[in-house]
Amino acid sequence: MSKLTATERLSLIRIKNRPTVNDYIPLIFNRFMEMHGDRHYGDDAAIMGGIAEFHSIPVTVIAQVKGRDIEENKRTNFAMPHPEGYRKALRLAKQAEKFGRPIICLVDTPGAFCGIEAEERGQGEAIARNLMEFMTLKTPIISIILGEGGSGGALALSVCDELAILENALYSVISPRGFASILWKDPSREKEAAELMKITADDLLNFGVCEKIIAEPSGGAHNDCQLMADNISEYLIDAVKRLRSAEHDVLLVNRYEKFRKIGMFTE
Amino acid sequence: MGLEDLLKKVKHRFNDEKSEATAKTESAQKQEEKGDTKSVKIPEDLFFKCPRCRATSYKEDFEKDRKVCSNCNYHARLTWKERLDLTADKDSFVEFDAGMESLNPINYPDYADKLQKLHKQCNMRDAVITGECTIRGYKTVVGIMDSNFMMASMGSVVGEKITRAFEYATREKLPVIMFTASGGARMQEGIISLMQMAKTSGAIAKFSEAGQLYIAVMTDPTTGGVTASFASLGDIIIAEPKVLIGFAGRRVIQDTIKQKLPDEFQSAEFLLENGFVDMICERNKMRSCLARLLKTHNYEKIMG
Repeated sequence: MSKLTATERLSLIRIKNRPTVNDYIPLIFNRFMEMHGDRHYGDDAAIMGGIAEFHSIPVTVIAQVKGRDIEENKRTNFAMPHPEGYRKALRLAKQAEKFGRPIICLVDTPGAFCGIEAEERGQGEAIARNLMEFMTLKTPIISIILGEGGSGGALALSVCDELAILENALYSVISPRGFASILWKDPSREKEAAELMKITADDLLNFGVCEKIIAEPSGGAHNDCQLMADNISEYLIDAVKRLRSAEHDVLLVNRYEKFRKIGMFTE
Repeated sequence: MGLEDLLKKVKHRFNDEKSEATAKTESAQKQEEKGDTKSVKIPEDLFFKCPRCRATSYKEDFEKDRKVCSNCNYHARLTWKERLDLTADKDSFVEFDAGMESLNPINYPDYADKLQKLHKQCNMRDAVITGECTIRGYKTVVGIMDSNFMMASMGSVVGEKITRAFEYATREKLPVIMFTASGGARMQEGIISLMQMAKTSGAIAKFSEAGQLYIAVMTDPTTGGVTASFASLGDIIIAEPKVLIGFAGRRVIQDTIKQKLPDEFQSAEFLLENGFVDMICERNKMRSCLARLLKTHNYEKIMG
């Protein structure tokens, strides 16, 4: 595995032909059937959800959708969800729990959308609700960060039993640009921030934030989408099998502990 | 009241104070000393200028009024000590985890120094104080965030103390009242601070399953990762009048949409209208409101 700097990874995951969930889903799952709407307000194209088969096992897939071109990005709002997107995710997750399907979340977002309507419809509440509800869903949850794991917008689909991250993907509390802008009042120090923030897959593994790094093809996922999808599938076969065989009680205790132990303090 | 009238009023008060031979409070003495310096300059700390309506009021009145703007009813920020004194029965508070201090997960430059400095300034080791107390005789776990400490951002310590408070309340079958205020996740602790959102929300899930009552009281300002986690998860959510509550920062939204936002955007009243808080309660009625809610949920009065 090549060891790129955080800045190099940042540009790598932003290149135009980095595969998106629309590339991966047909390669990883069979017969994906999309389900729309949150049943309260509308349907948010930034989060796609549905039922699929994974090696003959029915699963629920919830995925943040980056566009592959400007038209698709307009439709999916550059994968920045509104509250109704998170509420759709929760609805489908509860449905998965009811019918005993494992949930697979594919995370790829710069963050939850910041706008007037998002505030009016309770962006904060929608994210908070997912964090709380996902913690106690009685079905296995696996989240995979594909590219950008942007703050609370990514976390809302990442309360899970196991978090895997693609080798070059990043997961951070705020974008490096936002970090530089707020703490140093200078967004141009983005690269410096990226190096400081400890946001690479290796950092996350060290912190115990993620459990697994999925290797990317040489030069990045875009160089061989099929191989990337195969690597993801290989991980999923193992994880789904392991987590499905666990008792729900054990699953929930472990899920709680996974987050419970994160924090660095003295007393 | 115009600014000129106010200045006159202040001058008169100085003169009155000087002519009085009675004992004076410490603050009045300070004011007098400043008044003696012959200059017509009025010390800034005599006034409260409301960040909402821009009206200026005499600070003594403002403080007597529990830091509520007499013009627009904005409920200004309190220190944790002020909040505690306004909320808990006298001498009933027992603090939890007072010695907990944050480490420096991403080795952010000068972070430890900054925490030390704030520790002295704010008389707290991080941005939240937790403990148990009684409110009009009803026993409850309480958390108070203080925006003077790094805008009460949530890092390891805030996350851990809040989680422990909920875990304790779950074991002891006590209710929890959180006075929230925060700029959001503490960026200086990187991804560790983001995880505190999941950790605290998880603790609330368990607490809620155990059937206990959680009241969130949103105070100025409740934003970002705290809004997107424990602040929004109360069984009952109360907000103080005119406070700022939101997910994204106002400036971020303004930059995105390229237009100025109306004043009431992200106010407590805006959230009430959109269905995200149960009620707005004034500071002088908060204690009785909380006590009544505890009573209604069948918690026992153990004192008074």
